[in-house]
Amino acid sequence: MSRSSTLNRRAFLTVALAAGTAVTFTADMALAAGTKTKPVMLNAFIRIDANNRVTIGSKNPEIGQGIRTMLPMLIAEELDVDWSQVTVEPTLANEALYGPQSAGGSRSTPVNWMPMRQVGAAARQMLLQAAAKAWSVDAASLTTASGQIHHKASGRSAPYSAFIDQAAGQPSPSLASVPLKATSDFKIIGQSITGVDTPDVVKGRAVFGIDVSLPGMVYAAIELCPVFGGTLASMNEAATKALPGIIAIVPLNSGLIPTGPNDAVAIVADSWWTANRARQTLKAQWKTDGLTGFSTAGYEQAAAALHKGEPLKTLVKVGDAGGAMASAAKTVSARYSYPFIAHATLEPQNSTAIFSDGKIEIWAPSQTPAAGGVMVGKVLGLAPEAVTVHITKSGGGFGRRLMNDYMVQVAQIAKALPGRPVKLIFNRADDMQHGFYRPAGWHQFEAGLDANGAIVALKDHFVTPSDKGWPVRAGDMSPVEFPAKFVANVLFRQSMVPTNMPTGYLRAPMSNAMAFVFQGFLDEVAEAGGMDLPELMRRTMGAARAVPLYDRGPVFDTGRARGVIDKVCAMAGWTGRTKGAEGKGRGFGFYFSHSGYFAEIVDITVTQGTRIKVEKVYVAGDIGSQIINPMHAEQQVQGSVIDGLAQAMIGQKIQQVDGAVTQKGFGDFPLLRIDAAPAEIEVAFVKTDVPPTGLGEPALPPVIPALANAIYAATGKRLRDLPLRLGA
Amino acid sequence: MAVQLTVNDAKRTISAEPEKPLLWVLREDLGLPGTKFGCGTGLCGACTVMIDGKTVRACMTPISAAAGKHVTTIEHVAATPVGKRVTEAWVELDVPQCGYCQAGQIMSATALLTAQPKPDADAIDAAMRGNLCRCATYLRIRKAIQSAANAGSEGAKS
Ligand code: FES
Ligand code: FES
Repeated sequence: MSRSSTLNRRAFLTVALAAGTAVTFTADMALAAGTKTKPVMLNAFIRIDANNRVTIGSKNPEIGQGIRTMLPMLIAEELDVDWSQVTVEPTLANEALYGPQSAGGSRSTPVNWMPMRQVGAAARQMLLQAAAKAWSVDAASLTTASGQIHHKASGRSAPYSAFIDQAAGQPSPSLASVPLKATSDFKIIGQSITGVDTPDVVKGRAVFGIDVSLPGMVYAAIELCPVFGGTLASMNEAATKALPGIIAIVPLNSGLIPTGPNDAVAIVADSWWTANRARQTLKAQWKTDGLTGFSTAGYEQAAAALHKGEPLKTLVKVGDAGGAMASAAKTVSARYSYPFIAHATLEPQNSTAIFSDGKIEIWAPSQTPAAGGVMVGKVLGLAPEAVTVHITKSGGGFGRRLMNDYMVQVAQIAKALPGRPVKLIFNRADDMQHGFYRPAGWHQFEAGLDANGAIVALKDHFVTPSDKGWPVRAGDMSPVEFPAKFVANVLFRQSMVPTNMPTGYLRAPMSNAMAFVFQGFLDEVAEAGGMDLPELMRRTMGAARAVPLYDRGPVFDTGRARGVIDKVCAMAGWTGRTKGAEGKGRGFGFYFSHSGYFAEIVDITVTQGTRIKVEKVYVAGDIGSQIINPMHAEQQVQGSVIDGLAQAMIGQKIQQVDGAVTQKGFGDFPLLRIDAAPAEIEVAFVKTDVPPTGLGEPALPPVIPALANAIYAATGKRLRDLPLRLGA
Repeated sequence: MAVQLTVNDAKRTISAEPEKPLLWVLREDLGLPGTKFGCGTGLCGACTVMIDGKTVRACMTPISAAAGKHVTTIEHVAATPVGKRVTEAWVELDVPQCGYCQAGQIMSATALLTAQPKPDADAIDAAMRGNLCRCATYLRIRKAIQSAANAGSEGAKS
C-alpha cells in the first residue's frame, strides 16, 4: 500500500511531450502508417489522437484476472470518454513511471482504485483548462461527456482532440485533490465490459509469452537437476552439440531463484522441438549428495511423529487453553493435513530475450515483471537502464509467475548468444517438477466446549515444512486464524519438517489450506455443540463490530462476515445440518482473506459409495462498495470455486521420492475437466460501504471445507486429508 | 524432407523432419502461434486443430501424417459458418479468462457442432472433456456452445 500512496504526481503527469519524441507505451510500437498528426500523450497512461481516439496504457500483467480491461475502465470513467472510443495497450515494465505493476495478493484493485481514477480525472482537468483558455471562459463553466467538452452558455462543443496539444502543456493538477465522479455518475464502472483481448483470443491472435516472435529467433529447452539443490557433475556435451539443428549448450546457475545451487543446462536449437528432443542425448549427471533423503513419505512419517511429541515453539498463547480444556463440558480433537501442490499454469513457463551491446531486452509472462528485471540485472551485472522488460499476456498465473526463474535463465542463455533472440520454454514435466509448490501442512486440533456448545478453548499443533530452520515460503500460519480472536483460551504451537522443495504462493496462499483445516474442524465442533457451522460462526463472532487482528493493519468486520453467511444461507435455503436422501449432502464454509468475506455452500451427490458429484455451489461475497466489472467478477468467482474443487477432490498431490518430484503432467497431477464442473455456481455480492478490494483469490478458500463438510453430511465420513478421497 | 499440405486453405510446402509434430510446424515454421502448447502428450487439448474436418492433437501428430491433407487452425476456423457462430458466441459471453486454452476449446466446440448441431448437456461435456481450462471457464463454455447451437438453428429457419 505504501507504494501506491507515495506515487508521485511527476511520475503520472509530467511525461513531457518533447517535440519529435515518439509517444508510445511500448518501446517498439510504431505509429500507424498514414497518421498525419501525431497522437498526443496527456500523461503516462493516456494518448489522444486527432480523431478523438483514446489509447489507454494498461500497466499490470494479465494472467486471466481481467486487469488489462479493468484498470483502463477506471481511467476512462474519470476521463469521461465512451468505452467505444478507447483502445487499450499494455505498457512496458517501469514502476518509476507507472507505479506498482504486479499481479498478486488480490492487491491490484485496492492499490489502483483511486490512483487510476485520479489519472483519468487529472487528464480531464488538463483538457478543461486548455478549452477554457481557447474559448476564454471559466473552466468551471465547462462540462464533459463522451470525450466532448461543452460550454452551455455559448452552446459551443468540441471533441477532446481539439485541445490535446494545449492540454499537454497545462500544469498537472494535484492527484490527491482532483475532483472525482460521484458513484451515481459512473457510466463504465459497474458495467460488464468484454475483455479487451477476447476478440484477439478467439482468432488466435493474442500474444502470450510463448508466442513472442523475433527475427532470427532460436529456441532453448532446459534440463534442470531433478533433485532440488543439486549441481552439474558431467554431461555429454559433444554428442548433443553434434546433432543437426543444435546451436549451443549453455550451463546455467543463477543461484538467485531459487536461492542456492540449482544447476541446469540449456540446449539451444533452431526449433524448440529439436532442442527438447536432444535432451535425451545430453546424459547430464548431477551431484545430489545429502539431498536424496527428502521424500513425501518421510515428511508424512515425521509429521505424525512430531504430533505425538511436544511442539517446537509457541505461536500464540492466550489465557490457559490446557486448564480450560480440562474443565470443558466436551472436547473435540482431530488431525488434518494437506499436500504440496503445483500451480500447473496451462502455458508452461517461458521467456524470450535478446542480449546485445551490453543491454538486454526481455519478454516475460511474469506476475512481477519489474522485480524480474531487477533479478536479471543482478545476475548479468547490468545497470537498471540496460534491462528492458516487456509484459506479455500469461496463460494463467496463480502465483507461479511471481517467481522469475525463467527470466533469469533466459537472460543467462541470451548473454551466451549475443545478438540472437532466444526463447526458453519448459516442457510440461519441467513445469510440474520445477515449481514453487504450495507447501504441505499437518494440524492436530483440540477444542473445548461449554455446556451451550460455545468454544472455550482451542489448540492447534501445526507441523510445517522448513528450510534452514524457518518455515518455508508460504508455510507460515497466521496467529489470528479464526476463531483465535474470539476464544478466551488459545494455544497455537508449531513444529517443523526440513525439506528441499522450493515453495511459493499459490492463489489464496496459506488461506487455501487454512480454510480447509479450520472450517473443517469447526464443522466438527459445531456438531459436537449441537448446532450447524453457520450458527457456530454467528455465535462465536457475536455482535457486529470491527475486530482488530493485529496492532495495525487489517481488521475483521463481524458484521460483514455475518452479512455473507446470512446471504448464502438465504440463497441456498439452508436449514441446518441434514443428512440428505440418497447420498445427497450439503456443506458450508466461510473464509476471510485478501480483504474479502466469502461464505459458500456446496451441494453434492455421492453415488456408488465413492463418486462425488458437485451439483451446485452458492457463493456470497463482500468485497466492498463496488463491483467494477460484474461479468469478470462472476468469472473470477466461478474460476476460484472450480480451482478449489480441483485442489480438493480430483487427487492433486505433488509427491517427492529421493529428493525429486515424480509428477510429470496432467496424467498424474490432474486438472478438473468440464464433466466434473458443477452445473451451476450462483454468485451474489453483498455491498458494504468501503472501497472495493480484490477478487482473484478470496472466493477460493471456503469451497474446500464446504465440500468436505458436504461429504460428511452425505456419507457420515469425515475426510480430514487433502486430496479428499472416499473409499480405499 | 518436404511435406505438402493445405493449411487454412493455402497450399504449403514444409521442409522438416517427418516426425516433427504439426504443432511445432504451425508455431515455428508457418507463423501460426494461435495453436498452443500445453503438455505435448495429448492430455490438455490446447493444441487442437482440424485435419480434414476432424479434431486432432497437433502435439501428437507428426507432420508426415498431415501430408496432402487440409489443416484448419484457430486463425481460420471462423471461415466456416459453424466456426463463425462459435467464435461469436465466445465473444458474446466473454468466455476466455487467460485465454490460453481457448483456441483448443473453440476447435473442439466447432467440431462438435458441425457433427451434432443440437448437443445436449451430456454430449457437450463428453465432447469437451479433452480440453482442459486451468482458469475453469467451463460454465461459460457450456453456455456458449448452447448459444452457438441456437444461433445455428435460427439461421437454418430463416
Ligand atoms: S499440447 Fe497437445 S494435448 Fe496438450
Ligand atoms: S482461459 Fe485460462 S486456461 Fe482456459
